[in-house]
Amino acid sequence: MTDRSASFVYVTYIRTTPEKVFEAITRPELARRYWGHENLAEAWTPGSAWCHVRTDAARTVDLVGEVLESAPPRRLVLSWANESARADPEAYSRVTFDIEPQGETVKLTVTHEELQPGSGMFNGISKGWPLVLSSLKSFLETGRGMEL
Amino acid sequence: MDDDKVFKALADRARRQLLDRLCARNGQTLGQLCEEMGMTRQSVTQHLALLEQANLVSTVRRGREKLHFINPVPLHEVYGRWVRKFEEGRLDLLHDLRTELERKQE
Repeated sequence: MTDRSASFVYVTYIRTTPEKVFEAITRPELARRYWGHENLAEAWTPGSAWCHVRTDAARTVDLVGEVLESAPPRRLVLSWANESARADPEAYSRVTFDIEPQGETVKLTVTHEELQPGSGMFNGISKGWPLVLSSLKSFLETGRGMEL
Repeated sequence: MDDDKVFKALADRARRQLLDRLCARNGQTLGQLCEEMGMTRQSVTQHLALLEQANLVSTVRRGREKLHFINPVPLHEVYGRWVRKFEEGRLDLLHDLRTELERKQE
């Protein structure tokens, strides 16, 4: 059986509201401003397919998966795989967004689990998430994301 | 204020070593992190608490165990504020130089 034991837990504190964090992840016109990608789903409800699309002219689909849980604005759980590996059930990892208000800030925890240690996805997300989350924080606090 | 906590947390060799060890293997227990640290469990606990306050380490409870994960997000914020800003000037300079040289070649 494939080793899918690796996981990461990323946390950022953002001066904003849980609603705005949830929207920034799920609304394409917002995500494109700090992520360089849009997250598209027919509906952000369990069972719906979602994909992660580059905002360039080619509109390359980089990631695909399914919405596993959705409780706006506090929690969203997605399965997550490279588009090129969409047919391989072992390639799917799991991403949970937990959004908790804490006083005047929001604690956003991104837990990425069931990753294959040392895989391309493992290496990619361990560089990617810290950048995306600091860009998201910058976007929600100042209106400007960071160049990714 | 958040920057202060990050810099303070990084200004200690043992705490940097703990981050290196989590970078090499993420999601360790206190017991695992204490191995080869050459200090008491209590000291390691204190160092981890400072790292957690600076949001450089996040923790998750799994059953009876508490797992520690490296959280590099604040490092990117500090990088954006304190490193990238100073690199931009240099990159602009290189960009200007290149534009100038290419124009002369035309």
